[in-house]
Amino acid sequence: MKNHVWRPLYIALLLVAVGVVAGYILVPADFGVHERGYMYGWYRKSNEQEWQAVSVKYRTGASCIPCHRDKYDDIKNSPHGTISCENCHGPLLDHPKNPVSLEINRSRSLCLRCHARLPYNGSLRAAIRGINPETHHPQAECMMCHYPHNPKRPGQKREVRS
Amino acid sequence: MMNRREFCKRTILIAGGVALPLAALELFDPRRLMAEKERGEKVRWVFLVDTYKCVGCGFCVKACKIENETTYDANVSRTWVERYVVTKDGRTLIDSPKAARDGFTTARIDQNAHGMAEVKEDEIAKGFFVPKLCNQCDNPPCVQVCPVGATYSTADGVVLVDRKWCIGCGYCVMGCPYGVRFFHPVYHVAEKCNFCYHRLKQGMKTACVDACPFGARLVGNLLDPDDPVAKIIATERVSVLKEEYGTKPQVFYRGLTMEVK
Repeated sequence: MKNHVWRPLYIALLLVAVGVVAGYILVPADFGVHERGYMYGWYRKSNEQEWQAVSVKYRTGASCIPCHRDKYDDIKNSPHGTISCENCHGPLLDHPKNPVSLEINRSRSLCLRCHARLPYNGSLRAAIRGINPETHHPQAECMMCHYPHNPKRPGQKREVRS
Repeated sequence: MMNRREFCKRTILIAGGVALPLAALELFDPRRLMAEKERGEKVRWVFLVDTYKCVGCGFCVKACKIENETTYDANVSRTWVERYVVTKDGRTLIDSPKAARDGFTTARIDQNAHGMAEVKEDEIAKGFFVPKLCNQCDNPPCVQVCPVGATYSTADGVVLVDRKWCIGCGYCVMGCPYGVRFFHPVYHVAEKCNFCYHRLKQGMKTACVDACPFGARLVGNLLDPDDPVAKIIATERVSVLKEEYGTKPQVFYRGLTMEVK
């Protein structure tokens, strides 16, 4: 066959060769087929370690016990005992080093997450004591009358009224 | 010149050769097959959502957004909670304001362009909340469509996204039948729930499970016969979302109804 037929073929072969060499240099050694096979497990293995290295921000209520035993016991034995400290106070992350990083959230909207009354019989929500936020002392902070760590603490409302 | 007999013989040979799958040429290696059987993974993370227990407080969404840094004020989230209100006259109203990051604090249901819907208490036939997250499917369609190998399924069954590898084509966002994928507002790559992989690997639970005060969310290991979550999935009535898609979701639900999509 004549030369003008072969020439484009050489160029095509050269491009393929360049691609193969570039792939060899650029694709990391751990990129390939792993445990789940080609369809679901074709990836860069070291990415798993990258995801595992993400910092844990929520360290659970158990981390609060060493310093705040009193508060922990207070809430654990109350109807609010199942609520994690970090839900209202924010993630522990830098806390002992940087105390400012934790908040004391006194907003009504925090309490209303559970205590705005919604009559949904198919969920536990209907069983929670709820209020209508528009009519139940709309200007007041919940904490003026209710003690969040133990809503059953006796005498709380009387103290406020006096 | 080729005669008719020769032509027919060659045609059959070529057609047969083309039809032969590549797998048929692979040598049968019993040692490899045994190894696959024996290797048998020890961990398969699964999730269990109890919709009866969920009250729609949204603490799970708040914890997830902070733990995984999915830009707190952007309208995207790895997990969200949907409210379903089915009226006695057969309407189904669904909403999830801000992915329920701030919970459900009003009875008015956000209907987007149609404004806020008010449903009187005595008109409600059933009302409930359904938390949603990535199903970590056994047959993840999002992984199949990725052209560059940036998303994958780990040996313990979690689907991850390689942020360095993702080219942002969005096929996986379109491919997921559950709509759990989105683009990260900061990194501009595909983002999704990964069962807090960094926490699971340290023996912790996911941030949403730790944040849930009612035990509506549980995470466990399906391959551990003593795992409480595995026991519930094995012995109680649970269902998955969109089973008909054949994705084999690994997030199981208690208390789903036909209204939940």
